[in-house]
Amino acid sequence: MLDHAWIIPLIPVVSFFLILFFGKRFPSKGASIGCVALGICFALSLVLGAQWIGRDKTIEPLHHATAQQVRAAESGRASSAQGGEAGGEKVEMKRAPVVHETTWFQTGGIKIKAGVLIDGLSVALLVVVSTISLLVHIFSTEYLRDDRRKTHYFAALSLFTSGMFILVTSSNTLQMIFGWELMGLCSFMLIGHWWEDKNNSNAALKAFFTTRTGDIGLLVGISMLFGLAHNTFDIGRINSLAMSGRLDQGLLTVAAAALLLAVIGKSAQFPLHTWLPDAMAGPTPVSALIHAATMVVAGVFLISRLYGVFWQGFHIGTANGFTPVAIVGGVTIIIAAALAFVQSDIKKVLAYSTVSQLGYMVMALGVGGWTAAVFHLFTHAFFKACLFLGAGSVAHSGSHHSFDMKEDMGGLKKHMPITYATFVIASLALAGIIPFAGFWSKDEILVSAHANGYNTFLWVGLVGALMTAAYMTRCIYLTFHGEARGAAAHHHPHESPLPITGPLVFLAVLSVVAGFVQAPMLHIEAFANIVEPAYVSSVVNHSGFNGGLALAGLIAAFAGIGIAGGYYFRNLGPRGLTSRNGAARAGYTFLVNKYYLDDIYTDGVVGSIKGPIARAAYWINQNVIDGVLNGAAALAIMLGRFTYDIVDQRIVDGAVNGLGLSAEAGGGALRTVQTGKVQQYAAILFGALIVFAVALWRFAK
Amino acid sequence: MVLNWFLFLAAVLFCTGVYGVLARKNGVLVLMSVELILNAVNLNLVAFGAFNQTVTGQIFALFVIAIAAAEVGVGLAIVLLIYRNRQSVDLTGIDALKG
Repeated sequence: MLDHAWIIPLIPVVSFFLILFFGKRFPSKGASIGCVALGICFALSLVLGAQWIGRDKTIEPLHHATAQQVRAAESGRASSAQGGEAGGEKVEMKRAPVVHETTWFQTGGIKIKAGVLIDGLSVALLVVVSTISLLVHIFSTEYLRDDRRKTHYFAALSLFTSGMFILVTSSNTLQMIFGWELMGLCSFMLIGHWWEDKNNSNAALKAFFTTRTGDIGLLVGISMLFGLAHNTFDIGRINSLAMSGRLDQGLLTVAAAALLLAVIGKSAQFPLHTWLPDAMAGPTPVSALIHAATMVVAGVFLISRLYGVFWQGFHIGTANGFTPVAIVGGVTIIIAAALAFVQSDIKKVLAYSTVSQLGYMVMALGVGGWTAAVFHLFTHAFFKACLFLGAGSVAHSGSHHSFDMKEDMGGLKKHMPITYATFVIASLALAGIIPFAGFWSKDEILVSAHANGYNTFLWVGLVGALMTAAYMTRCIYLTFHGEARGAAAHHHPHESPLPITGPLVFLAVLSVVAGFVQAPMLHIEAFANIVEPAYVSSVVNHSGFNGGLALAGLIAAFAGIGIAGGYYFRNLGPRGLTSRNGAARAGYTFLVNKYYLDDIYTDGVVGSIKGPIARAAYWINQNVIDGVLNGAAALAIMLGRFTYDIVDQRIVDGAVNGLGLSAEAGGGALRTVQTGKVQQYAAILFGALIVFAVALWRFAK
Repeated sequence: MVLNWFLFLAAVLFCTGVYGVLARKNGVLVLMSVELILNAVNLNLVAFGAFNQTVTGQIFALFVIAIAAAEVGVGLAIVLLIYRNRQSVDLTGIDALKG
């Protein structure tokens, strides 16, 4: 499988076309094709993972000619940056990435390759994506059982999955753009799946355009890296060159900043996070797949994949406690978590939670915790998908397709025991309670922040953990406890059928056990061992266990649960604060309006484009462009006249008429010769013969 | 052997034939004059053949005689049809192909 990993991205592509062209003929409307295809992908990914684990470790993974110099430069830098720990003689055994490439096209002497790069990171991502995608496919067969565009839905789901596969397995940055944009497109199609509702199609457009804004950065960044790395898109080469320190430092920083913009757009980081909550307009399984577990982590993946660029560009190893990446992530954690408190839509709570958790991943990368970030990506995918699918289950069977926790939910605990249990387990994992998955990965992030000297972000992480626990407690209370309200009271809530509960239980189990692949407390470091940074391992060190931080994280999480639990379950604390206290009300309004970011974007950015710029464009259109057009038209008319009068009428027609006339005159002259008298012809014949004979006689000599 | 006499005779025959073709009004006589021209040529061919000690001239003459026979056959048929249509073989009136 390691040598034939290209099959995995290919399967969903094939499935996409099969569903699109033949899906309607199946009784399942194509859903079964998608499920089978993803089932195969899932199995192949597991095989791939097993083979990767079984791959022999070698000493030198870098496959380029300059590897020796690169390594020397790296270890020199690492030892100066991090003291004796990563010393010059550090030679670590690890698995070499498997790269298979073929020439995609050739232009101007530059060969553009297309290929597959399999290393620990892509294997981990493949397993996560295929698992979640398979479960979401199964979930969707029930959730969208009678949807009118079921075929297109499953086709887009397949195409989306292939986009993610292409992204995580690509061996060059150009191919990454391909997968990245494919996901953007599919995200647009799936968010706007029920486009009859204007809000949904608006949300789809918003998601598309907002991520597009970030994509500008992607194009700029990748183009710059192409130039910087001497005309190559090769990921391994770009990382090696970036780490070697031989590239222009200023340009590298600009390229990293451009790529960070792409990450901010795609991974919904502050200030471009606003599209993700709106993207909840799509069907819930889509939210679980795209806006929790896979697509939004593409940005995180981009940083981890090109970590050498970010490491050097932003001086992550030597910065004094602050890097742009970490700041973006840290700010996102706090502001998104705060927003999650004021949402009444259960999916929006989860959406802001996702934004916040993505902030954790980006922050972890910003503080040098490569393994921590990828590990959090890994565990977060499972429990966040579980939460989203749980919310879908509630809406499907409990609250009559409403997602409003305050109006249409409450008291669903006794009606939906399985959904409740899985939701609570996933929430505990998200909140970071031991021994659930989220605890281990969040702890890893905190340890990394501490070990690399980023103490500010350690506190950010702890505050974020507290807020996360608190808003999830609020969410569980409003959804499952208290008295039934609205649809939950009137529409006979019941437990969902097996295609929904099955994936939920599976994901809940994963939410419990997924963390144990990397539990330094128990001396298990399998994840760090398997998913090792392929090209930048010399600088990324893994930080071990810190009992004090684990305790602090747990205290923060329990404090969050305690505060929110006391407020909601025990009815403690002040009530109606927002109506009595002006400051609290102002804060609440500020949060409900999402920091007015949407207004700034709509009125400030879009408005300024629509207003003066549009008017200016109109003026230019009317006066300049129309003037040019009118002038051109007048000129064209003049030219036309001239052509007609002179060229056409006189020259062309004259030539044609002249030809006709001369032919006529010639014919008239020649017809007199044509007397019809055979003997005259004969006379002309003999006359000519005589002329020829004389000519022959006179000149032939 | 004296070649000149043969050539002289052939020239006389040829000129007679040309005169007949161009000047006579009777279709049959025009055809006969054509035969004269052809035979003048035959005479030349045979004479030169004999003069050069080859048979090529004679073989060529045989071909010309055969073609002349065919030509006379077609020509006489045309003259006959003209006579049937117009009760005359006078060529001056036949100018239906006048342009």
